[in-house]
Amino acid sequence: MTTSTRGAAKTPAVLVLEDGRTFRGRAYGAVGETFGEAVFSTGMTGYQETLTDPSYDRQIVVATAPQIGNTGWNDEDDESGRIWVSGYVVRDPARVPSNWRAKRSLDDELERQGVVGISGIDTRALTRHLRERGSMRAGIFSGEAVAPEAELLRRVQAQPHMKGASLYEEVATKEAYVVPAVGEKRFTVAAIDLGIKGMTPHRMAERGIEVHVLPATATADDVYAVEPDGVFFSNGPGDPATADGPVALMTAVLERRTPLFGICFGNQILGRALGFGTYKLKYGHRGINQPVQDRTTGKVEVTAHNHGFAVDAPLDKVSETKFGRAEVSHVCLNDDVVEGLQLLDQPAFSVQYHPEAAAGPHDAAYLFDRFVSLMEGQRA
Amino acid sequence: MPKRTDIQSVLVIGSGPIVIGQAAEFDYSGTQACRVLKAEGLRVVLVNSNPATIMTDPEIADATYVEPITPEFVEKIIAKERPDALLPTLGGQTALNTAISLHENGVLAKYGVELIGAKPEAIHKGEDRDQFKAVVEEVRRKIGHGESARSVICHSMDDVLKGVETLGGYPVVVRPSFTMGGAGSGFAHDEEELRRIAGQGLTLSPTTEVLLEESILGWKEYELELMRDKNDNVVVVCSIENFDPMGVHTGDSITVAPAMTLTDREYQILRDVGIAVIREVGVDTGGCNIQFAVNPEDGRVIVIEMNPRVSRSSALASKATGFPIAKIAAKLAVGYTLDEIPNDITQETPASFEPTLDYVVVKAPRFAFEKFPQADSTLTTTMKSVGEAMAIGRNFPEAFQKALRSLEKKGSQFAFTGEPGDKETLLREAVRPTDGRINTVMQAIRAGATPQEVFEYTKIDPWFVDQLFLIKEIADELAEAPELTRELLAEAKRHGFSDQQVAEIRGLREDVVREVRHALGVRPVYKTVDTCAAEFAAKTPYFYSSYDEESEVAPREKPAVIILGSGPNRIGQGIEFDYSCVHASFALSDAGYETVMVNCNPETVSTDYDTSDRLYFEPLTLEDVLEIVHAEQQAGPVAGVVVQLGGQTPLGLSQALKDNGVPIVGTSPEAIHAAEDRGAFGRVLAEAGLPAPKHGTATTFAEAKAIADEIGYPVLVRPSYVLGGRGMEIVYDETRLASYIAESTEISPSRPVLVDRFLDDAIEIDVDALYDGEELYLGGVMEHIEEAGIHSGDSACALPPITLGGFDIKRLRASTEAIAKGVGVRGLINIQFAMAGDILYVLEANPRASRTVPFTSKATAVPLAKAAARISLGATIAELRAEGLLPKDGDGGELPLDAPISVKEAVMPWSRFRDIHGRGVDTVLGPEMRSTGEVMGIDSVFGTAYAKSQAGAYGPLPTKGRAFISVANRDKRSMIFPARELVAHGFELLATSGTAEVLKRNGINATVVRKQSEGTGPNGERTIVQLIHDGEVDLIVNTPYGTGGRLDGYDIRTAAVARSVPCLTTVQALAAAVQGIDALNHGDVGVRSLQEHAEHLTAARD
Repeated sequence: MTTSTRGAAKTPAVLVLEDGRTFRGRAYGAVGETFGEAVFSTGMTGYQETLTDPSYDRQIVVATAPQIGNTGWNDEDDESGRIWVSGYVVRDPARVPSNWRAKRSLDDELERQGVVGISGIDTRALTRHLRERGSMRAGIFSGEAVAPEAELLRRVQAQPHMKGASLYEEVATKEAYVVPAVGEKRFTVAAIDLGIKGMTPHRMAERGIEVHVLPATATADDVYAVEPDGVFFSNGPGDPATADGPVALMTAVLERRTPLFGICFGNQILGRALGFGTYKLKYGHRGINQPVQDRTTGKVEVTAHNHGFAVDAPLDKVSETKFGRAEVSHVCLNDDVVEGLQLLDQPAFSVQYHPEAAAGPHDAAYLFDRFVSLMEGQRA
Repeated sequence: MPKRTDIQSVLVIGSGPIVIGQAAEFDYSGTQACRVLKAEGLRVVLVNSNPATIMTDPEIADATYVEPITPEFVEKIIAKERPDALLPTLGGQTALNTAISLHENGVLAKYGVELIGAKPEAIHKGEDRDQFKAVVEEVRRKIGHGESARSVICHSMDDVLKGVETLGGYPVVVRPSFTMGGAGSGFAHDEEELRRIAGQGLTLSPTTEVLLEESILGWKEYELELMRDKNDNVVVVCSIENFDPMGVHTGDSITVAPAMTLTDREYQILRDVGIAVIREVGVDTGGCNIQFAVNPEDGRVIVIEMNPRVSRSSALASKATGFPIAKIAAKLAVGYTLDEIPNDITQETPASFEPTLDYVVVKAPRFAFEKFPQADSTLTTTMKSVGEAMAIGRNFPEAFQKALRSLEKKGSQFAFTGEPGDKETLLREAVRPTDGRINTVMQAIRAGATPQEVFEYTKIDPWFVDQLFLIKEIADELAEAPELTRELLAEAKRHGFSDQQVAEIRGLREDVVREVRHALGVRPVYKTVDTCAAEFAAKTPYFYSSYDEESEVAPREKPAVIILGSGPNRIGQGIEFDYSCVHASFALSDAGYETVMVNCNPETVSTDYDTSDRLYFEPLTLEDVLEIVHAEQQAGPVAGVVVQLGGQTPLGLSQALKDNGVPIVGTSPEAIHAAEDRGAFGRVLAEAGLPAPKHGTATTFAEAKAIADEIGYPVLVRPSYVLGGRGMEIVYDETRLASYIAESTEISPSRPVLVDRFLDDAIEIDVDALYDGEELYLGGVMEHIEEAGIHSGDSACALPPITLGGFDIKRLRASTEAIAKGVGVRGLINIQFAMAGDILYVLEANPRASRTVPFTSKATAVPLAKAAARISLGATIAELRAEGLLPKDGDGGELPLDAPISVKEAVMPWSRFRDIHGRGVDTVLGPEMRSTGEVMGIDSVFGTAYAKSQAGAYGPLPTKGRAFISVANRDKRSMIFPARELVAHGFELLATSGTAEVLKRNGINATVVRKQSEGTGPNGERTIVQLIHDGEVDLIVNTPYGTGGRLDGYDIRTAAVARSVPCLTTVQALAAAVQGIDALNHGDVGVRSLQEHAEHLTAARD
């Protein structure tokens, strides 16, 4: 039994950043080339959820946790129908998965879905670089895609920037579908899919909500055709500054004073609908350990984040908007980034982070209850 | 104001002596807490009987009481100091239990002291099995997850036997309530085992309560460390996964952080359950630790237990993540919330987050079974390890292999050469968890075991098993490669292989491998532990090595001093050495150096990133230290490396470091050799005209016999180059000498046996001194209470010496100076003398900080280790006197007449060990050190100080009741006066027939009781052992004859341990105890803080 399984994964691979820094390692997952914005994610668990989160579309994700793939891949934890990251960077991939739910290895799944990755590089050095220089375009090359560095750099620099990228339409569902309420149905919600994660309608369904997931291109007529008690705007990839369609739709919803809840991209849409700007963070928030304070209660919750953009709203005062008074309801204690907005004169609120928490802690699950209360309040 | 304004002073209770299950981690926690509270402007009152702690340094608290941690003494302190609050959650189970007693006996209410950190109700809910089960049930009702193992609470043996039926049969787990470190718990596979374990458990539990539980052997085991603030914010600081599955106490398991084999969904369930538990229990502020078992087949989660306080695991978690749990717990206790406290390491983000790791941490336990050859070495739910090492790497194999070599124990690293043995045999052996099982598993893999087989036999998670295979495959590649290429070597280093392992595999010398490696440019980089996986910049240089690309060591300008710590705690090398290293760091930092600490022991203050300017959490091997020196030399000037404060570990590296061009400061490696080498040291003594006991060295029985015949029996025999008296024995006759030589496996021409004349009835004296090349500062003279022949680490001693006069001190000073000068000491030296008749023999000299430095420093109020560090770097004693670090004039040999008397007493781990039949191990003291810790009693007279030391170590001396006396013939004469005193104090004496006869002839009445060997009498008269078990004996005096084997009185002594009855095994201890009892019976014993003692002493000196 001295047969070595080592050696199989020794195909060289190289990661090239747009500023010319390169990291040499070994191929992981599919062999070939891929491009995207290099971002790091600090979660120590939940790679399956991360990889299948549509908000990671066109991003090469660097896992700061060094041992990845230990629990393999199962049939239950996907957040969407496929892996969305354009590339995956890890230090030490597992050789065998170990978990009673695992069906196959992560390596196999990446390969099956054609996701190009790289392993064996100094992921901490890369993370520090991205922290200091900001997220940037990158490419991973392995096998026949490997060429002289200058050529690879040219290919990377030829890629589009994330700023100004409109991506939600490419990840959203093309057809509407319904997630039925668990148990007795209490409410109907129209959920605009801008890259929605599977756990989000599930969290609503658990609370007796029948969720009608609508394509990103849905119109106000489509929304009100389902006779919703509330409207939800999901998370999603890309630059919110490009999302004029969803902003117009949300404006229509706000005008009808229908209870409204937004997550992540949805928060940025609400920001824009209220007249605030959005901007790109230097290196974003991606992890499941971020301290967010609910400014209405003073309580701190540990939350899951995945956002490269944020809303530019004043923290120190209530703002007057065309939908009445608005305030920043949640803030990240690490860097004072706006993490939530709420209207004081009508039933609408949103958060920049992920209360559905897949992966991540469940501290913010109360926000779904808050949405339910808004809908209850509207009925009363 | 976030901080509470109604608390002006706080009493902090420490954890007392180092024992198995409660070690240096509580000094680390307590020191952090005291500092935080003091910085908050509170008056901090501290009680801890352990002098070898940083927390009992007079500058850490405002009033430091080195007094026994018993409700009686703590009440005296409360009455005197009148603190507003008591913080009981940072001193382990000792502090928690003491606080609960003070709450229950009304003392806290009487003096208006508020318990902060945890309320009594919460402590009970967390610790009481029944109540905790209800907590878990409530949690399940609320969140739908978590359950308890099915179990039954029992208060009698009948309950226990019925309980097994309820649970559906054997095996079952027995857990006594309210014991520390799982003391007394275990697995019972049949009725006999059950009766034994449950019987002990019922006795050990202060509430006579044990829990019987369904067996979850082989399940995955996890721990979460949580913190909660008064606003109900909760964070999980760290997850820990046990490499060893359920069945081994977590303190004895190899553990890994973060958890390696949980998906996010499963991890979040544990997190939800953990948070719900801390809320339900109601730990209002501070930390707690929760243990889980997870069924590997279906993920069923069982909540095993929780500690509503800072624990060993929280110290580990703090070091593993950079999140200082104790420090933050102290802040939360005085009213802050997590979001108001900045994260130390980033300084810009708050503490209300959850650390994320971009590295893997492995902790490995260090055992001391070689000290207790009779003890059963199977690992169970009772903790048996005496220390631990932690290592950090960028992947599991790297961290794991670093941890194994950090243990610094022969055979702890994986070996890949030689025949592994038979696969089946190895696999069967690996079923039983033991110290070193992991090496057996590796040999089984080498012998051809498949991953599936390894899992089936050991239940070690398949992912971990695969990592072992990965390590083994790399070893194979190393062995098979035609040459050592850069790529191959880098791959091996990335997976934690040491140069030594590579050398062994390749059949090369270690230094050759190192040269090749350096030539190929394969060197480690140093990464930072930063709590946040590099998301934010770290301001605190807390480093670990890894074979990766980018190093984070920043350049510096000030000269650095690198201090080598002492590695994992073990018997003979414990917290005392860490104390000296920490002091050196403080003193050198004050003197303008940049201090760099190297150590791998997660329990200690030295590995707190706050202690030194830079911390390298690394193994203390030549390779690892050389790389750190290299990295620091690249960063800036290095003034030198301090090796003489961390015990034998760094001392053993000094010559090799020097040979590699590393500047060693203080006593030179050559001088160290002059003290350690028999021949060289003999010449030093001869030149100074100092006598040593006659001795010789032998490699065969014939040689040993010839020496013994010449110098006369009894002789003291021991292997050379050992610490803590390992293998040392007093041999009274030729037969035993022959068997000793036959049993000693490590004898060789380069490692001979030393044969010394044993000085019967000699007084042993320990001296700690400083020498700068010109002047000697006698730090202190300690007179042992037990006679020579009992290891100094196990012997009680008094300072100032209680029977030595000015002339003796003069002689000691002169001899010490001659030796220090002859050896060439620059810094500390410890010398052991024996006074026999009127001759002062030199037993041995150690040119390094000794175990007694903290004790001497506290007893004389002079920081010896700080002074030693300064002398190492060139300061003179005269300069230090002028600076005020040392007294202006005089020294520790000439203390004022009314100076307080300090007594040090050793604490033994007897109750932890059982032989394979479940019987206790013998408790007789000998030349081999076996104590794990020490306490100090300090008072104005010897009797009271001794009584305090006993109370601190073993519980109060009895002041009346029944004393049982049975002594060896040689002790009968010296027993008479103390026995008469006991009677005068109202004791009823019991004695075996021989001893009773001697007493009677001397006019002392004693009731004859039956020996164990005589059995129960015809009219049901109980034997002494039965009487002890029935709680009818209050004091036991039992001195054995001879050593080795199973001694007379074994049953008496083990019964004493089981029943916690004070048991004196030497007549000297009896004499001291009588003085103590006398002091207790005459008037009130008071308490006095070290600060008051020091003030008094300084005044008397002037």
